[in-house]
Amino acid sequence: MKDFIIPWTDDRDLGTPAKAGPPVTLTIDGFEVTVPEGTSVMRASALAGIEVPKLCATDNVEAFGSCRLCVVEIEGRRGTPASCTTPVSPGMVVHTHSDKVRKIRKGVMELYISDHPLDCLTCAANGDCELQDMAGAVGLRDVRYEGTENHFAVRQNGEANPRYVPKDESNPYFTYDPAKCIVCSRCVRACEEVQGTFALTIEGSGFDSRVSFGARSDDALASDCVSCGACVQACPTATLQEKSVIELGTPERSVITTCAYCGVGCSFKAEMRGDTVVRMTPYKHGKANRGHSCVKGRFAWGYASHRDRILNPMIRDSIDQPWREVSWDEAIGFAAGRLQDIQAKYGKRAIGGITSSRCTNEETFLVQKMIRAVFGNNNTDTCARVCHSPTGYGLKTTFGTSAGTQDFDSVEQTDVVIVIGANPTDGHPVFASRLKKRLRAGAKLIVIDPRRIDLVKSPHIKAAHHLPLRPGTNVAVMSAIAHVVVTEGLFDEAFIRDRCDWDEFQDYATFISDPRHSPEATEMLTGVPADEVRGAARLFATGGNGAIHYGLGVTEHSQGSTTVMSIANLAMMTGNIGRPGVGVNPLRGQNNVQGSCDMGSFPHELPGYRHVSDDATRAIFDDLWGVTLDSEPGLRIPNMLDGAVDGTFKGIYVQGEDILQSDPDTHHVAAGLAAMDCVIVHDLFLNETANYAHVFLPGSTFLEKDGTFTNAERRINRVRKVMQPRNGYADWEVTMLLANAMGAGWTYTHPSQVMDEIAATTPSFANVSYELLEERGSVQWPCNEAHPDGSPIMHVDGFVRGKGQFIVTEYIPTDERTGPRFPLLLTTGRILSQYNVGAQTRRTANVVWHEEDVLEIHPQDAENRGIKQGDWVKLASRTGETSLRAEITDRVSPGVVYTTFHHPDTQANVITTDYSDWATNCPEYKVTAVQIGLSNGPTRWQEEYSDQAARSRRIIPAAE
Amino acid sequence: MRALDPEAGLADRISEICADHAHLEGPLLPILHAVQDELGSLSEAVIAPIAEALNISRAEVHGVISFYHDFRTEPAGRHILKICRAEACQAMGATALAETAKARLGVDWHGTTGNGAVTLEPVYCLGLCACGPAAMVDDRVVGRVDAGRLEDLLVEAGA
Repeated sequence: MKDFIIPWTDDRDLGTPAKAGPPVTLTIDGFEVTVPEGTSVMRASALAGIEVPKLCATDNVEAFGSCRLCVVEIEGRRGTPASCTTPVSPGMVVHTHSDKVRKIRKGVMELYISDHPLDCLTCAANGDCELQDMAGAVGLRDVRYEGTENHFAVRQNGEANPRYVPKDESNPYFTYDPAKCIVCSRCVRACEEVQGTFALTIEGSGFDSRVSFGARSDDALASDCVSCGACVQACPTATLQEKSVIELGTPERSVITTCAYCGVGCSFKAEMRGDTVVRMTPYKHGKANRGHSCVKGRFAWGYASHRDRILNPMIRDSIDQPWREVSWDEAIGFAAGRLQDIQAKYGKRAIGGITSSRCTNEETFLVQKMIRAVFGNNNTDTCARVCHSPTGYGLKTTFGTSAGTQDFDSVEQTDVVIVIGANPTDGHPVFASRLKKRLRAGAKLIVIDPRRIDLVKSPHIKAAHHLPLRPGTNVAVMSAIAHVVVTEGLFDEAFIRDRCDWDEFQDYATFISDPRHSPEATEMLTGVPADEVRGAARLFATGGNGAIHYGLGVTEHSQGSTTVMSIANLAMMTGNIGRPGVGVNPLRGQNNVQGSCDMGSFPHELPGYRHVSDDATRAIFDDLWGVTLDSEPGLRIPNMLDGAVDGTFKGIYVQGEDILQSDPDTHHVAAGLAAMDCVIVHDLFLNETANYAHVFLPGSTFLEKDGTFTNAERRINRVRKVMQPRNGYADWEVTMLLANAMGAGWTYTHPSQVMDEIAATTPSFANVSYELLEERGSVQWPCNEAHPDGSPIMHVDGFVRGKGQFIVTEYIPTDERTGPRFPLLLTTGRILSQYNVGAQTRRTANVVWHEEDVLEIHPQDAENRGIKQGDWVKLASRTGETSLRAEITDRVSPGVVYTTFHHPDTQANVITTDYSDWATNCPEYKVTAVQIGLSNGPTRWQEEYSDQAARSRRIIPAAE
Repeated sequence: MRALDPEAGLADRISEICADHAHLEGPLLPILHAVQDELGSLSEAVIAPIAEALNISRAEVHGVISFYHDFRTEPAGRHILKICRAEACQAMGATALAETAKARLGVDWHGTTGNGAVTLEPVYCLGLCACGPAAMVDDRVVGRVDAGRLEDLLVEAGA
């Protein structure tokens, strides 16, 4: 493991951000240095290996010039300019350590220290404090000032010190101690420049200045703070300090790894003491996050040691029995035996498995390999089925491959952004921060969403157009935009002629020019004013580099694939493909949903999106694995469940996914699971699916294994083991145990061998290896002979499929309609602090921000039904009903209600229907016709469910 | 729902004030002055509607209000007496004058007399250095303030 430890010096703070520009050569302390124009003298010095003392400067925010510690002398200039705010110029001669500046620095430091408590030995930042370092660096030996007034003493002259403000401990993850603050404003600037929330300010002036979260009466928790940790990261002292460091002490080593939450795939330093994680800090050289983080990745990793985590394998004969803790041998033997019995009795296609978008590429590859090579069928599916399967279908059809076209850095060159069906500030917070930074720099934003998401309007951000469409009308709105682009002649003819098929575009243009697609014609249907649609279309087509970012609000519809293709059409017709700043960018939900799709998780596709009916592809695997693969596509999740109800599908291995909670129509999922003879759940916790399981195999967290995750920009990032698996085995080892118990004979000893197998069999991964990842940090596929360095931007010189294909996108409304009984449309989403079904985040202090799911209702709809803020309301659809509390807000339009699905008690998917995308079966989570009414509390289903869950979770510990 | 909100009237009025200043470059300070002129002080309740109107954060508005001593978060008395404490006036006896004022009013700096007539504030230079000690009552500056003139000013103010 020590091979993977990156030295601390590698990410030292260079003081001010990097600049791009022509080279400038100057002399610093006698050394000649060449840096890009615009670089500060401080950064140039640091690059030359000369550290200029500093306090208010840090290289993830712009220079501020307030601390005066970094003053230098420059020949030919008067005075002592601050090196952080002074840009280099050609031929400049700088002296960073002259007698004069040393004297000034000592004096400055003396003043700082005169209002700082000298409790270094008991301070949480001891050894990790820049103030302490700088006192040492400037040679401070004495403080001559005796402050008559200070900010740190609790009592002075026998009386309470009026300037002393006690520690704010309201945030669950960090404390704010004003007594230690040197008012360098780094936290305020980080909140503004990096995170873009503007939750912090400097209150007062002069000696009274101090950092304030929100307004005077706010504490950190009550303010706008989203707990991203940027301020804590920026703080040079113990003023903003992680509670985990206060408790555990400073870390002694760090390991670079990848966050296991959303599809942004942020790189983190797991900072360790022994095998205990002290804190997770965003890694500055992480190419997805560039040193930023959100509350989940930065702080919400405590679930790994939560008491609910199951560490011993368990089995039971039937689901009405309590669980029995057993040895790994017995559990694996039991599971393998049952699966083999089922295959003997019902045929080899009677079992299958589900790969996890939470697990590594290597683990996913092994699960599908086990299903295809050991189970002998193609009954493999993944949770991407219920999220981004239309992305796979739609982008493969139009562009030739199932992936986003850009890297996240691309946003820095975007001029107009369309965000459709995504809520990045909550679902993909680090990307949202990068987008907001670009918007503050002048890029324009178009939001297409039924809800007024935070991006529509938040401090310093305002969308040029918000199209609040009725749920289910994405295609109609996208068609209306395309109609305007085509009929007003705003398309990019040169691009289309060059990169697509002009005749095919002509057909498409004829279709889309039909007046029935005009914004005016569809206004009644979509609810979006026609002039807004026209304005948005003109802005996107003419505003420069146009990028489209979308999420599950696009895919989780019965026309999900159609919308994806209409997005691709729009990007192609406006020439927004194949260079930085443009593109089609699906925001992937889970950390490795891209990877799980790449690794052949779908029943019809082998790794690398090659169809199972393709003889040549099968031959590659047949030869390597020594088997004969089934050439028939296997069952999708809904088909497996249907088969179970019909009695033809009897056993399933579910790795790291809670299908009972996350899949639509919970009653149907429950019936399917209950009808099986062997349900194997491999997870960290007894999730909802485990209530119907016969075998429970404890899983390992991302901290406990090696592997790779592939994020939404196709970036393959290393996951590194920082501690031994608490359950005994990494997940890939568990899958191997099961496969071998069924006769596989696998002999992997490290996930790198699995990656080698992936590279050997999958052309887009051909050059990927752990050695390459060690060298580069990360790489974006395709990475092969043609693209040895990987591919930050796709379709640069031509589409993967050759010519880009325009697809006619007819709008076919969903069969789910509102009517007198169910007059409202329910749509679903997420919030920042919780993740997916909440299995992890509910087991962290993140619950302070969101302890239950609530139903957002427009004031008008609420008033009509006599519903007030906080009332229990019953939410009923044609499928089922549940109860939750009302949140009255005009974020949603009249006729639309909205909730999240983070809590199993609510079970929002009891409500959702089994309608799904016509091409891929991706469920239509985003549109359900519902009625709401006042209620007394949880419904009978919710009560029965929680009884059943409690019964099913009984555990009899193993006899010692 | 807004009609049920007791502060909705205040929020609406502040929104109007913000709209009146929307054409200015850097409208925050003029807005804060206008709101304080109308309401007498800038309580925390005014922050949210101003932040909303200018699309900035509540923290930013608070930062600006708290930076300037002339913005008050509590209502002042009917008149504000400011006594200069800068060097020139101190040299002319402003410190003693301030002590006299404090004793006469029975308040410390920033305090308001029991009858609500006068609030006493320090100020650092009124630009009347040639005529120190200087003071200011509401918008009117007064030079060469001695104990007698101070008493006249206070009587006039109703203290």
